[in-house]
Amino acid sequence: MATNLNINGQTYAVQAAPETPLLWVLRDELKLTGTKYGCGIAQCGACTVHADGKAIRSCQTPVAQAAAMKITTIEGLGGTHPVQAAWIKHDVPQCGYCQSGQIMSATALLSDNPHPSDDDIDKAMSGNICRCGTYQRIRAAIHAAGQPGAAA
Amino acid sequence: MNAISKIARPSRRAVVIGAGLVGGALVVGCSPKDMAGLVSMGSPDLHLGPFGPFIKIDPDGSVTVMNKHQEMGQGNHAGLAALIAEELDADWDKVKVTPSAANAKLYANTLFGVQGTGGSTAMANSWLQYRQAGAAARAMLLQAAATRWGVDAATLSVADGVVSHAASNRTAAFGDLLTDAAKVAPPQAPKLKDAKDFKLIGTMRVARKDTPAKSTGVARYTQDVHLPDMLTAVVAHSPRFGGQPASFDATAAKAVPGVVDVVQLPTGVAVIANSTYAARTGRDALRVTWNDDHAERRSTDQILADYHRTAAGQGSEKATPFEQRGDVAGAFSGPLFQASYDFPYLAHATMEPMNCVAQVNGGKVKLTFASQIQTLDQINTAMVVGTLPGSVEIETLPAGGSFGRRGNNHSDYVVEAVRIAKHVGGGRPVKLVWTREDDMTAGLYRPLTHHAVAIRVGADGFPAAWRHRVVTQSISKGGLTGGGFDASTVEGTEGSPYLAATPVVDGVVYMPDFPVTVLWWRSVGSTHTAFAMEHTIDQLARKAGKDPADYRRALYARAGKSADRHRAVLDLACEKAGWGQPLPAGTARGLAVHASFGSVVAQVAEVTMKNGEPRVGRVVCAIDCGVAIAPDLIAAQMEGGVCYGLSAALFGQITLKDGVVEQTNFDAYRVLRMNEAPHVETYIVPSANPPTGAGEPGTPPIAPAVANALLALNGTPTSSLPFVKPT
Repeated sequence: MATNLNINGQTYAVQAAPETPLLWVLRDELKLTGTKYGCGIAQCGACTVHADGKAIRSCQTPVAQAAAMKITTIEGLGGTHPVQAAWIKHDVPQCGYCQSGQIMSATALLSDNPHPSDDDIDKAMSGNICRCGTYQRIRAAIHAAGQPGAAA
Repeated sequence: MNAISKIARPSRRAVVIGAGLVGGALVVGCSPKDMAGLVSMGSPDLHLGPFGPFIKIDPDGSVTVMNKHQEMGQGNHAGLAALIAEELDADWDKVKVTPSAANAKLYANTLFGVQGTGGSTAMANSWLQYRQAGAAARAMLLQAAATRWGVDAATLSVADGVVSHAASNRTAAFGDLLTDAAKVAPPQAPKLKDAKDFKLIGTMRVARKDTPAKSTGVARYTQDVHLPDMLTAVVAHSPRFGGQPASFDATAAKAVPGVVDVVQLPTGVAVIANSTYAARTGRDALRVTWNDDHAERRSTDQILADYHRTAAGQGSEKATPFEQRGDVAGAFSGPLFQASYDFPYLAHATMEPMNCVAQVNGGKVKLTFASQIQTLDQINTAMVVGTLPGSVEIETLPAGGSFGRRGNNHSDYVVEAVRIAKHVGGGRPVKLVWTREDDMTAGLYRPLTHHAVAIRVGADGFPAAWRHRVVTQSISKGGLTGGGFDASTVEGTEGSPYLAATPVVDGVVYMPDFPVTVLWWRSVGSTHTAFAMEHTIDQLARKAGKDPADYRRALYARAGKSADRHRAVLDLACEKAGWGQPLPAGTARGLAVHASFGSVVAQVAEVTMKNGEPRVGRVVCAIDCGVAIAPDLIAAQMEGGVCYGLSAALFGQITLKDGVVEQTNFDAYRVLRMNEAPHVETYIVPSANPPTGAGEPGTPPIAPAVANALLALNGTPTSSLPFVKPT
């Protein structure tokens, strides 16, 4: 039985069983591999995508539940999003593995709150682990992306 | 001279690797020089272009640099590219970097003798090699232009990928000169630039080349590999170290849709499926009985108690001296300052758990993954398959972190993938995926370690006799890289300027052997030796009523010239941190200085207590790493090194209960998050010495700097890590 998913504005009919986490459907079935597996228990944030504009952990979202939402993945940001431009300007990534999730959390934060304080950033971003320790550059990039005129 | 001799230090791991390979079963009686040739046997011919193994230039003028090293986040690809671009006078914006083939003959780490990344050696071992490659290519392009224009090559200049003859106002881009340059014999000893003529090296322009790919989800990691007809495997491992599968029931596992096979391996039972989720679901349904006859059954608190007995001379372990000086007899009579420190096992916990894609077709093997020590992975694979190491082709991908984990003696996860792919056969690709739980419980930890010091303090307040006992497992034992004395167990205590300043030294290490597996973990022995030395020094300074910075300066003066760089980074960090200036109530500064991988780093941490936990606000970091090729990437490594070390110091510990690992994921293995991350300021000591390490040296000082701040804040020394004990 196929499930219809709306991902990055496109409709996909996927074959996975309804309880399958969205993460594995994105990665294995649709080959949208920008969304990463990190922990599988919503502790690290590497699998963060947007569901109707809100940051969610795709590793804990069954595909059946995702069917009712508009899903955006890192691929859906388009590559020229102001947050991505800020990431590039601040040379944020090191190993880079967590950065898709970081960027998805950051874009969700900025769309709700275009000028977040350091405390706002702490609250919104503490669910995303970076083992390389790029936190201070992430913080700087979020502040920069929130500035008026920040664009690609 | 000083810098050169320091460079020899990172090669210690290399020497161990080289020596182990030479003494191993595979090749006996050959010199390290022959090693690269031997392990390359069976390698296919690589079609090298006119500019050799490191440089390719395309007709559009773009320059591709081959990175022989693993890019695991440290940014070595940009540093290496800058070495070539500098000497080549290439247009930096047209320089790309791609991973090289696995081929020890062409791409050996010049300090290891085999291909591999580690010991923070990427820049140090490539400094001359990559520059020479760039200079040779430049000379060939120059000669091509000179011949074409009928002028002397000495009258030409090169900038941003364009050769110019000013007198005749002629120019030619690299891309236009390729055909002619290919006919020029590469010079054997091309002249390198003087440091004063560097235009790129040492500038902020040396930035990462992979940032756009890593900011758009396009970067391809092992986890992302999809090949036609590929299978995915997940393995059930013994919950105890040294356990093996006794029997298994795969009935339910095989009933899971998508599961295609279940196979027993020496290390566990593999479930092979057509997707990751099916393989994981299949493993959940698998029933395995384990044989724990030879497994470790102790808990970590029992192991630690055994360590304490060993350090007190009450165990059966043999002591190995590492630093002995002066007349020990009678030197430790009278009152002594005593301290001991316990350090837990630590998991690397890379964001990307271990994984490997393998294809085995008879004696031909293709591996697609983030290989860190390609030659070891080739040898270990060849031994499983029964082929020549050179027949093992590796497509090296970037790693989602490593911190040492991906390069190990046994190629643990690689061999597992190869065994499964061999079982599947026919060259069909198999992606082995370790879950977070597999990764965290698989061992190869930073070793559990105990230090005990007893110091007789002289009337002047400085150490007169220093006894030091270290108990820790050997990292090198039992693998291809040999056994015996493992110098990494004491690196940083051995060779410390504080010991050099002490007339009587009695340092020994005990290296008990048992089944829990251990490995180098970002900065290796310095993860614990820096703490033991630097926190001890602050306690001694406090006892003597002296300022910790001044106390160190006095000891560096006693240690002599070898501590000049310590003094320089200490002075720089203290100046920038405002050492001695007032702080708000409840905040204190702590200082630590440590040399590792040829570099010396000083850090000053500002610490407050928040909700019962230390919170580090600002860290001022000063580093001497020789010539700074890429200052912003060095800063990034200091930021990352501090966070990695601080994460472990605050929260990190792997514990065993009856031999079973208690932390299986990030819910129990707490790591540093955004709200706990400090702001790190990096200052680089100007230097004309050859480059030394940057990836690891930022990690060791932060834990003792925090402990020293806490000592200043509340007068209480720290005797075990992590600072925050689980509730």
